Amino acid sequence: MIETDKYMPAGVELKCYHCGEDCDTDDIRIDDKVFCCNGCKTVYEILDQNNLCTYYTLDENPGISQKKEIKRNYDFLDDPQLKEELIDFTDGNTTKVTFSIPQMHCSSCIWILENLFKLNPGIKFSRADFLKKIVTIQYSEKEITLKEVVRLLDSIGYEPDLNLEGKQKEKTNSHNKKLAYKIGIAGFAFGNIMLFSFPEYLHVESFSRDVLKETFGYLNILFALPVFFYSASEYFVSAYKGLKKKIVNIDVPVSLGIIVLFTRSLIEILTNTGVGYLDSMTALVFLLLVGRIFQNKTYDALNFERNYKSYFPIAVTIRKNGKETTKPVGKLKVRDRIIIKNNELVPADSVLINGRGFIDYSFVTGESNPVEKVNGDLIYAGGKQVGGAIEVETIKEVSQSYLTQLWNNEAFSKKYQSNINSMVNVVSKYFTFVILSIATVAGIYWWPESSIAFNAFTAVLIIACPCALALSTPFTLGNSLRIYGKNKFYLKNTDVVEAMSEITDIVFDKTGTLTETGSSTVKFIGEPLTDEEKVLVKTLVRNSSHPLSNGINELFDIDVSGDVKDFKEIPAKGIEAVINGKHVKIGSRMFVNHVQEENKIDLSTRVFLSIDGNTRGYFAIKNSYRENLDEIIKKLKRDYNLYLLSGDNDSEKPELQKIFGENTIMKFRQTPQAKLDFVKSLQQNGKKVLMIGDGLNDAGALKQSDVGISISENANNFSPACDGILESKSFGKLDEFINFAKTSKRIIIASFIISFIYNLVGIYFAVQGTLSPVIAAILMPLSSISVVVFTTFTTNAFAKSKKLL
Amino acid sequence: MSVILILIGFSLSVAILFLVLYLWAVKSGQYDDKYTPSVRILFDDEIKDDREKDKNGDAEKSANKLNHNSIN
Repeated sequence: MIETDKYMPAGVELKCYHCGEDCDTDDIRIDDKVFCCNGCKTVYEILDQNNLCTYYTLDENPGISQKKEIKRNYDFLDDPQLKEELIDFTDGNTTKVTFSIPQMHCSSCIWILENLFKLNPGIKFSRADFLKKIVTIQYSEKEITLKEVVRLLDSIGYEPDLNLEGKQKEKTNSHNKKLAYKIGIAGFAFGNIMLFSFPEYLHVESFSRDVLKETFGYLNILFALPVFFYSASEYFVSAYKGLKKKIVNIDVPVSLGIIVLFTRSLIEILTNTGVGYLDSMTALVFLLLVGRIFQNKTYDALNFERNYKSYFPIAVTIRKNGKETTKPVGKLKVRDRIIIKNNELVPADSVLINGRGFIDYSFVTGESNPVEKVNGDLIYAGGKQVGGAIEVETIKEVSQSYLTQLWNNEAFSKKYQSNINSMVNVVSKYFTFVILSIATVAGIYWWPESSIAFNAFTAVLIIACPCALALSTPFTLGNSLRIYGKNKFYLKNTDVVEAMSEITDIVFDKTGTLTETGSSTVKFIGEPLTDEEKVLVKTLVRNSSHPLSNGINELFDIDVSGDVKDFKEIPAKGIEAVINGKHVKIGSRMFVNHVQEENKIDLSTRVFLSIDGNTRGYFAIKNSYRENLDEIIKKLKRDYNLYLLSGDNDSEKPELQKIFGENTIMKFRQTPQAKLDFVKSLQQNGKKVLMIGDGLNDAGALKQSDVGISISENANNFSPACDGILESKSFGKLDEFINFAKTSKRIIIASFIISFIYNLVGIYFAVQGTLSPVIAAILMPLSSISVVVFTTFTTNAFAKSKKLL
Repeated sequence: MSVILILIGFSLSVAILFLVLYLWAVKSGQYDDKYTPSVRILFDDEIKDDREKDKNGDAEKSANKLNHNSIN
């Protein structure tokens, strides 16, 4: 920004017509439209030629910035086997394929993605789903290939996120549909049975002898059958599974209640002794299923289950018998020769055999300086080549590599199971036994009169059916999930909220978690540098790997040249060298011009520059820590043990110690495995660990921890497998989020108490054997609905008081 | 009294019709995407350039037809 001022008239901001980013110059333009880069201009030209400029009228500057554009190579899509895995189906002529497009963000995006056929007639049909961020495309095999379709999307800025994992999602989709059927049927039956039960509620005199009563009874059974056998089936299955594992989960008393309701109603109606409780039963099932919707609330567009495969390209170029072909990454074998081009990842541990390697391990370790490699050097999987193409030979399979070994850890093979220790299941265990004993006692008490005994026994089980209990958790946690989502904190499921309420220890990653990525915070203070001087500075700092040098290096976008002589790096002081005959010194004030540093006012670090003995000024380098970091750490420190694990070197340790305090354990140069082990050791000491990290290198620790949160600039970006995705803007609310989870837990306990009170009232009637269907029909839905209303209102009220809503 | 039974028969068949319609709507995927259609419906008021207007109009109509066919 500082440098751009001189190019522009003051006060006028130039925004790219395509993507809305600030333009440095107005050189790149068509007519009166300015673009920030040639990439954006190209996209505009493509759209203009095809008469698709409506794109720009639907939303302002809808495009995706093309500044960081790298030309990707999609040749691997010609591989028939790979294509088979990516497409949905093909009949030889027409092929249907679904792509995930994370960049989709506005109505213009939907429009352009649905008008692809105007760009290429080979595409017959395309349909976007905004929430899931996917586009389904049908194209004609004769006119266009899969590779060309992907290239077309890429050319207009919507690069598909190609990986082979997407297909699992369809399963949850069909599950949701099933739930919708079940609710529809239960709701339908509930409404109709309620209507047929009205004469009974109102005690219509003539009703009891009427033929209508019998008809209504049979109709009610007819309606209740699909509810019992279809809609309620999952509760029976879950209860059975629980009992098999000797766990009395909440579904056990629920199923017991439903079964007793149904059988007793059947007996009463068929023997003409009563009207039964089918209205209560269907209402119960209906409400329970609605609760399940709340519990199943998920973020379709977000992926919490990424494994290492989605980080790697799905295919690589290999050299076989002197020819270049592509091969899916999963089929790579030891001793395959792979060609790695600029900006491509090395998928397996390999040895460099040809070319000059500059490997950027930022993906793996958080350290962003490329490491130079020469022939014969080992390159670990996850490294990214920067520069020309290299040829490597794999020495391990993808799944055995240094990085991917993590995924062989047992933490990853742990299958998802609903947590059996959740509060509701603990409560339900005692609840079930208490209710069963009350029912038995009531039955024994009335024993000589067997009909009353039967009535009392069943009535207790019916009225005590813990519908309200079963609903309180999903509604409270579902609502919390929604509130978190509004604050850009997305959790995988409701279990995470509960796990978060029990946290004792918090582990932070450094790079990307505590520090912000890609924000330039370096400023030169002093007389502006000439281009020649910038070259000198940049040439010098490139020789150093110190983080401050990197910051300065990134400040200037200029080609470096010149020969460096007498380069010296004095730790904790600075660097100096003679470049193009000029003596350049960069470092502390003491080092550069022998004056003691004044007391600093702001947090920024000053790095002084002198050329040939003239002090030119200083670089003010603000630490790139997240805003309010010290504040949030201070708050968290009061209630939790904090730890810091970093893959980076410890150059920032003093700075961090200031923020975290002296006693906080900080570990640097941690491998991904070491991070995982550290979390594990905490857990073995009985701690509940929340880990917050961002990179692939944190993936193991995130998975191992009780709550693994991945922090991201944009939730739709890549993030490792985790329990929650936190947008970096909301980092400052972390303590509020954890506190809110605790509040949610307290609300659940309160709603348990409410539902127990209802149960006591119901049992009072039930043990006397006088539970009339009307009381049941009122009491049961009333208790459920009041609990739902209570939890929803209180969670919202607490969220408002904490300014989360 | 039998008139009530007849009326109940009618009302039930209407109710069942609605249930079937609901189930069909779920099955055909109308609840899969609850957001995009609300945006899509606004696209029809497209401002057209004068050039190629007729040609494009026809092409689009046939394309739209195709779209509808392929959903079902």
